[in-house]
Amino acid sequence: MDPALFDHVLGLADDALVLGHRLSEWCGRAPLLEEELALGNIALDLIGTARGLYQYAGDEDALAYLRDAGAYRNLLLVEQPNGDFAVTIARQFLYEAFAAPFWRAMTGSTDAALAGIAAAAAGQAAYHLRHSGDWLIRLGDGTAESHRRAQDALDGLWMFTGEMFEPPAAPLLAAGIAIDPARLRPEWDATVDRVLAEATLARPPSGWMQSGGRRGRHSEHLGYLLAEMQFLQRAYPGLAW
Amino acid sequence: MSEPLSPLWEVFVRARNGLAHRHVGSVHAADAAMALQAARDVYTRRDEGVSLWVVPSAAITASDPADAAAWFEPASAKPYRHPSFYEVPDEVGHM
Repeated sequence: MDPALFDHVLGLADDALVLGHRLSEWCGRAPLLEEELALGNIALDLIGTARGLYQYAGDEDALAYLRDAGAYRNLLLVEQPNGDFAVTIARQFLYEAFAAPFWRAMTGSTDAALAGIAAAAAGQAAYHLRHSGDWLIRLGDGTAESHRRAQDALDGLWMFTGEMFEPPAAPLLAAGIAIDPARLRPEWDATVDRVLAEATLARPPSGWMQSGGRRGRHSEHLGYLLAEMQFLQRAYPGLAW
Repeated sequence: MSEPLSPLWEVFVRARNGLAHRHVGSVHAADAAMALQAARDVYTRRDEGVSLWVVPSAAITASDPADAAAWFEPASAKPYRHPSFYEVPDEVGHM
């Protein structure tokens, strides 16, 4: 596989796996039984997408379990800790408001494998967006405490949103394999503004944006996540069950 | 319990077009939209349906179990109400 394409597929796969793993950390801890299942469903959707992408890129187990943080290419946004329920929902919403139009656009990729994965992911992302958006509205327009927590979550995560719109390698764009995420910006802005308005939440000021996930420069949180996720394969190489 | 914040909703699933919605269980949710989503996540994970209804449990008026003898037992002695006492002519075939 072309190195630029490999890097691009790996980034998308790592986004899905890391966010899916984060959501799986809610197992047994969700605020409602119904939400426990909802978060688990979304986690499984994301891990399913990750598997398809890893299988396309190479050996899925080796890619998921045997790379250290510096070799991971995911967005900084998705590796941020779950925090309280508001942080988890805000993180999900900010990502899915991008992922839904992104996968929809990727169904037109000239790479048939990516277009196929995108077709499945697009429908799932549309539901994830609805789920997280509806929750954000209820948290923001809920009690004084839920409003404060939702606003804190947004403010804390906002600096990780700029990275989603960084362009992939130019040859991938020229070949129509990848899309320029900058053209998804108007839709992302519109979705965020609509939901925040209904949630009575303030859009954080656009300031300096964090970057580096796509180049393997991660926050300290990813190492802890990988340590837990990869423990079995590291301790018992090749273990299967 | 957080009953006032997340009341109970009864969930009905239509397995496929042409069938009636069937009661499958209940969910807790703050409002109708969230109840519908919770129902989707709890009761349609294994491809169980194509349509969902949620109804506030409080909207259901139920018969009193104490009335069961007076209300339902008389019917148990009236098997002739089942349409099973007719001679079906052979020409009709399967009904």
